[in-house]
Amino acid sequence: MKKTSPNKSERIVLTPMRFKLFILSILLLVILLYIVAAYQTEAFPQRVIEGFPIIFLFVVEDLWPPSWEYFTSVIQPLLETWNIALFGTTFGAILALPVSFLAASNINTNLTFYRIIRFFFNILRTVPEIILAVLFVALVGIGDISGILALTILTIGIIGKLLSESIESVDPGPLEAIRASGGNTLQVIRYAVIPQILPQYASYTLYSLEINVKASVVLGFVGAGGIGIILRQQLSMFNYQNVAAIIFTLFIVITIIDFISNKLRERLE
Amino acid sequence: MVNALIEFNDVSLVYPNGHKGLKNINLKINEGEFVVIVGMSGAGKSTLIRSINRMVTPTSGELIVDGEDILQLKDSQLRKVRTNIGMIFQSYNIVKRMSVLRNVLAGRLGHTGTLRSLVGWFPQNDLQIAMNNLERVGIDEKAYVRASNLSGGQQQRVSIARALTQQPKVILADEPVASLDPPTSHKVMKDLKRVSREDGLTTIVNLHFIDMAMEYADRIIGLRDGNLVFDGPIEEVTDQTFEEIYDRPIKDDDFLGSEEETDEKNESEQV
Repeated sequence: MKKTSPNKSERIVLTPMRFKLFILSILLLVILLYIVAAYQTEAFPQRVIEGFPIIFLFVVEDLWPPSWEYFTSVIQPLLETWNIALFGTTFGAILALPVSFLAASNINTNLTFYRIIRFFFNILRTVPEIILAVLFVALVGIGDISGILALTILTIGIIGKLLSESIESVDPGPLEAIRASGGNTLQVIRYAVIPQILPQYASYTLYSLEINVKASVVLGFVGAGGIGIILRQQLSMFNYQNVAAIIFTLFIVITIIDFISNKLRERLE
Repeated sequence: MVNALIEFNDVSLVYPNGHKGLKNINLKINEGEFVVIVGMSGAGKSTLIRSINRMVTPTSGELIVDGEDILQLKDSQLRKVRTNIGMIFQSYNIVKRMSVLRNVLAGRLGHTGTLRSLVGWFPQNDLQIAMNNLERVGIDEKAYVRASNLSGGQQQRVSIARALTQQPKVILADEPVASLDPPTSHKVMKDLKRVSREDGLTTIVNLHFIDMAMEYADRIIGLRDGNLVFDGPIEEVTDQTFEEIYDRPIKDDDFLGSEEETDEKNESEQV
């Protein structure tokens, strides 16, 4: 090995000057964009500072104390919200399974068909759940059914995306073995892929349930059933102590659901 | 005395990238033979073996398996042929999250209707076959254990049992012991040889260790750069034969002996 002796006459820089200037100019550009955006939306710091006392007074005078007697009226819509989330997740998870295989390149080897399915998935996931709910309310009318349908579509988007990626990363060995023994594609899926992705599938379904419980609260605002309906009602009637009761209940329930779901998912992985 | 079960007539295979995997192979393998294919990595051993069940498809020639030119078959006919060919892989290719018995039973899929297999309703007879084959490779007491809890040698036995459960005529084994340590390698090869003798199976195995090949083969086929450079019964094989196949003097590395590790580079063969 030949050693090159350090040349004292020339300074060695870790980062070239050009690169430093490049990073600096990007940083300045980003800061500039923030300033422009703040002016455009009139989001000035002093407005936030001025707003603090108003928020504080709203919480202390209007929201507090939650009207405890209203809790009994919260339970029924809350159960409805839970049911909407549960059914939406269940239907979505069932429908997402077959579609996920079509969206996995190692199973669906027809490249054109695969791309169409992927494109369809991407479109699906750009639609916010509130828009889905509005669409279904227009289609089947106000009530739980439109909420369930909106969440079904939302769930297909979430699980389909995650699960198809899990399918693409399974160990290809068992697939090869089943093919070599004369098994057809459905048998390859059933005996080589599904056993490998089952824990992820269960985990993604629970994750969707967490998202759907929160989403179904919002769905009520556009008439898709559940606790959102009474939340909107009480807000528009300025019954802030009732609103506080609803929010408090939601906080407790969502925390419990997330906790249980997280514990279950930890055990799956 | 016996008829050729597998016949290569002028078979060549060119990969899409232009690499020639097999060059004008002419070969006859008779029923009941235990053939070992040897050659350097990249010589086309894997390609040759995988051509027989068309896991890779030769680009020209005629490949006759049990009386049919498999290069002409459509997908559904090909699946039918594959049910008669068991395959054993270097990395076992079993589902580690599934029980041993379920993995072995997967060997029956080609013989089971799609709907029936999807709901997992296998005939009791298939379960008997599966369990019997687990017994033959000595791991029947592990039937309900998750495959991931088994050692490498045991996992390879599961895959042997799976191949046997197909009740095939032919067994293809692509470097079956390359991931195992020397003592386990010998145990697995002994099992493979014994069961294929008992069932009168035609067995074709890729091996890259000279001593392993000499110990288990009835017949040796040598490949170099996709060409068939040697084909003869084990009695005719000497050290010099291997030097011709490898086109270099043989080295200690070519013997499994007590050396622990196999060269990682030997596993980069294209498939």
